[in-house]
Amino acid sequence: MTVLTPQRALDGQELRHGNLQLSTVALGRVTWVAPYPGEETALSHALQSACSMSFPGPGESRESTAGRILWSGRAQALLIGPHPSAAIEKCAAVVDQTDGWAAMRLGGASAAQVLARLTPLDLRPSHFPRGRTARSLLGHVPVLLVAIENGFEIFVMRSMSETVRHEIETAMRSTAAREKIPTAHA
Amino acid sequence: MLIPCPLCGARDLREFTPKGAAVTLHRPDVGAGLDAWNDYLHLRDNPAGPTRELWWHGSGCGAWLVVERNTLTHEVSGARLAEEEAGA
Repeated sequence: MTVLTPQRALDGQELRHGNLQLSTVALGRVTWVAPYPGEETALSHALQSACSMSFPGPGESRESTAGRILWSGRAQALLIGPHPSAAIEKCAAVVDQTDGWAAMRLGGASAAQVLARLTPLDLRPSHFPRGRTARSLLGHVPVLLVAIENGFEIFVMRSMSETVRHEIETAMRSTAAREKIPTAHA
Repeated sequence: MLIPCPLCGARDLREFTPKGAAVTLHRPDVGAGLDAWNDYLHLRDNPAGPTRELWWHGSGCGAWLVVERNTLTHEVSGARLAEEEAGA
């Protein structure tokens, strides 16, 4: 029988322009979790005992040794890392979306300036501090943005990941080019 | 125009889709009669001033919102989740 080799979305080299780096993130298991109506507290308890994390509120994320969980819209979140326990599946709709998502990490001092060219979000640290998540648009593509140390993670549907990488690379090039221009009022 | 999504905070207009007057949340009873249903389906006010509309935050959290907006000034004075109003 033919053995098929699994291929990650977005294989390829890390991109570097100026102080900016764009790299792919290996996510492992990605599970979409949406509590059934009235089961939010039960789900939080099930998550707590299985993965030591509660269900995140709007725009929040949680992290533990088991993995992390990112709020990804009204009454839904993405569980990254662990397999969901039977107790979780009892009180929430649970779908394995491992192959549906691709993620990349944009780091560097001007990462927010790059994304500001592409998304309408307010990315200042005072409004979007580390650990916050947001669903929004990047260009015309729906994405999930997560603020991390010194940058952002961009989660995108796998089918649109090359488009998003291209959009970000274009914005990285022009942001890095502008930073090379000496300021007029030196 | 920024719409204050109760879940996401103030967000840009391009993340939202307008879904018409918020009267569609209040569906008449099945036996309400033709006049009530005709009104519900087809008749809408066209206010010059404050209005209540449904907006879908489709490129954001996915929630349906009831947005209070002034059609003369485009001022948005409030937004709440449609599920709260519909009692769903």
